[in-house]
Amino acid sequence: MFRRTRAIAKKEFKQLWRDKRLLFVILFFPIFLLIIFGYAVNFDVKNIQLAVLDKNNTEVSRDFVNSILSSNYFKLAKQLNNDSEIKETLDKKSAQIVLVIPKDFSKNIHTHKQPAKIQFLIDGVDGNTATIIKNYASAASTKFAIKLQKNLTQKYGVKMSYPVLLEPIFWFNPDLQTTKFLIPGLIAMILIVSSVISVSLSLVKEKELGTIEQINVSSINSFELLSGKSAPYIVVAFFDAILILIVGYIFFDVIVKGNYFFLFISTLIYIISATSMGIFISVISETQQIAFTIATFATLLPSVILSGFIFPIESMPVIIQYLTNITPAKFFIIVLRAIIIRGVGLSAFWMQLIYLILFTLVFMGLAIIISKKQEVK
Amino acid sequence: MYSIEVNNLTKKFGNFTSVDNISFKVNEGEIFGFLGANGAGKSTTIRMLCGILEPTSGDAVVGGYSVVKEPDNVKLNIGYMSQRFSLYNDLTVEENINFFGGVYGLEGNLFDERKNWVLDIANLKGKEKLMTGSLPGGIKQRLALGTAVIHQPKIVFLDEPTSGVDPLSRRNFWELINDLSENGITVFITTHYLEEAEFCNKILLINAGKLIAEGNPQELKTNYLKNDILELECSNPVKAMKILESQNFIDATSIFGNNLHLNVNKNYSNKNQIEKLLISENIQVTGLDKIVPTLEDVFIHLLDKKK
Ligand SMILES: Nc1ncnc2c1ncn2[C@@H]1O[C@H](COP(=O)(O)OP(=O)(O)OP(=O)(O)O)[C@@H](O)[C@H]1O
Ligand SMILES: [Mg+2]
Repeated sequence: MFRRTRAIAKKEFKQLWRDKRLLFVILFFPIFLLIIFGYAVNFDVKNIQLAVLDKNNTEVSRDFVNSILSSNYFKLAKQLNNDSEIKETLDKKSAQIVLVIPKDFSKNIHTHKQPAKIQFLIDGVDGNTATIIKNYASAASTKFAIKLQKNLTQKYGVKMSYPVLLEPIFWFNPDLQTTKFLIPGLIAMILIVSSVISVSLSLVKEKELGTIEQINVSSINSFELLSGKSAPYIVVAFFDAILILIVGYIFFDVIVKGNYFFLFISTLIYIISATSMGIFISVISETQQIAFTIATFATLLPSVILSGFIFPIESMPVIIQYLTNITPAKFFIIVLRAIIIRGVGLSAFWMQLIYLILFTLVFMGLAIIISKKQEVK
Repeated sequence: MYSIEVNNLTKKFGNFTSVDNISFKVNEGEIFGFLGANGAGKSTTIRMLCGILEPTSGDAVVGGYSVVKEPDNVKLNIGYMSQRFSLYNDLTVEENINFFGGVYGLEGNLFDERKNWVLDIANLKGKEKLMTGSLPGGIKQRLALGTAVIHQPKIVFLDEPTSGVDPLSRRNFWELINDLSENGITVFITTHYLEEAEFCNKILLINAGKLIAEGNPQELKTNYLKNDILELECSNPVKAMKILESQNFIDATSIFGNNLHLNVNKNYSNKNQIEKLLISENIQVTGLDKIVPTLEDVFIHLLDKKK
């Protein structure tokens, strides 16, 4: 049985190897995309308009405001005098974020019986920007808290819990480098687009040439045929993944924090799920042109828009959140972020891997059912 | 024991009937010609016989297996050269052979032996590294035939293997087919070239999915064509054809090279009838003789009758 699969894979490799143009596109286009996207899609936000309502108005509170403004991310838009102005400020968009320092801020810092709370109110219309602003604000607060703690420790010789309470959400991307954060999404997008297109085109080409019939009479089964046809593209996609990581390291300082073995296995599972999509598309397309159009449409848009690559899934409408499950990229991005950025283990992403495997089975099943129907027609 | 036995085979695509209830039998080792105009249903029939297209109704037993119930067993015993098939142009000769050998699961000594055989019949010994796309059409078809029977099937289906190939290469190709047949392989072949049909042991003619004639070339000429065929050589065959077509003693006319073939019926008495007519129209008659009909005459007659 492997004799047949090998014959198909070997032939496919040879053809791919001779098609230097295609090979070049498959190997270098992803890197090209990565560099362009990596630099262009930069979500760092500068000059965020900040309004301050300082109810405490002490040396510490002013110190806190200054330390926030000292980064060039925030710019003081105006000072507020009472709560009623907050709503107006945000409604009129005279500031994107309002910082509220409560009356007991300095007292809590000095007594350190309970944490000193501060409040950030963010204009949430643009969920994406809001998330980013929130991160900056958290980071700035953390910085202040750490500084304060150092001072207090020196002064009183006591260790204490953080004197400023904050909610560190994006704790695994502490230096707020969004480019780094985007790399997993880029890898997922590039891999799915290139493997789905190449697999579906190579299969539809055999249909167009009529060679598929010649193969069909040879009593080869679908599994042997499909695995042989896909093998070269899986290898090439793998190669792509490695190249992207290398380029990501050189250009964007992306370092894989987690386990390489899991990275390898997960990537393989992901590429196979993309391949199943390519096979499915080849079954429903009669010409390479149709296959190319469907493949591009079915991979590019969802992997950019629905995968959580750029837009956080939590801030989408509920219906759209369900819809995000149609792209395997969503799941792979979670896996990649876990492995590359957070460096955590299998327990954090095994569910995603199971989903990818299910995805593969469903698409393969559909492809086989539909192709059987077509034969009977 | 027949090599192929077809029973009431029918294939419909939606409302359109592509193959309409045909039945026939093919003997072992026979060269069986399957003829018909474009769209007659030849390829559809072949694809059903190869087990890659399911019949709408009816069945066929190919090499002892039913194409409906055991298509996978059918596939093990046949070779097939599809109408559009012309190998992978972007592979070398050897890579194509390796590929098809591999797909058929050949290995070791047997594979080497078969590879040599294919190279031999295609005249490609020593040219294994040539790109298939650069080969002349005739050689390509021989190579395609070789790869289609690389696994030594008992039956081989060839769907218009000689279309678009020059006459000399076609003759060579037919020699190959004869060799296969002499080795006991059943050759089921479709072709557009009626002169090729003369090389077949048995011929079947279909039109619009229906079987309309069957027999060996000799039988077809005597059983289906009661009329005489005359060959006319004259100065203006096109004009002569126009004139003669409308005569009541002529059933059909057709052009063969520079000559006309006339299918004359019982109203025809003698040569003078024609000569007089043409001379009055200023056409010189240089020859007019009764000939042994060609298959084309038979088919034109049969298809004419259908209309
Ligand atoms: N998959 C299909 N769906 C619909 N119609 C089809 C299909 N395959 C064939 N046909 C129709 O069936 C008829 C017979 O086609 P077929 O290919 O068998 O003809 P053929 O005798 O091989 O002709 P040719 O000499 O042109 O190869 C044609 O009218 C064709 O349009
Ligand atoms: Mg045909």
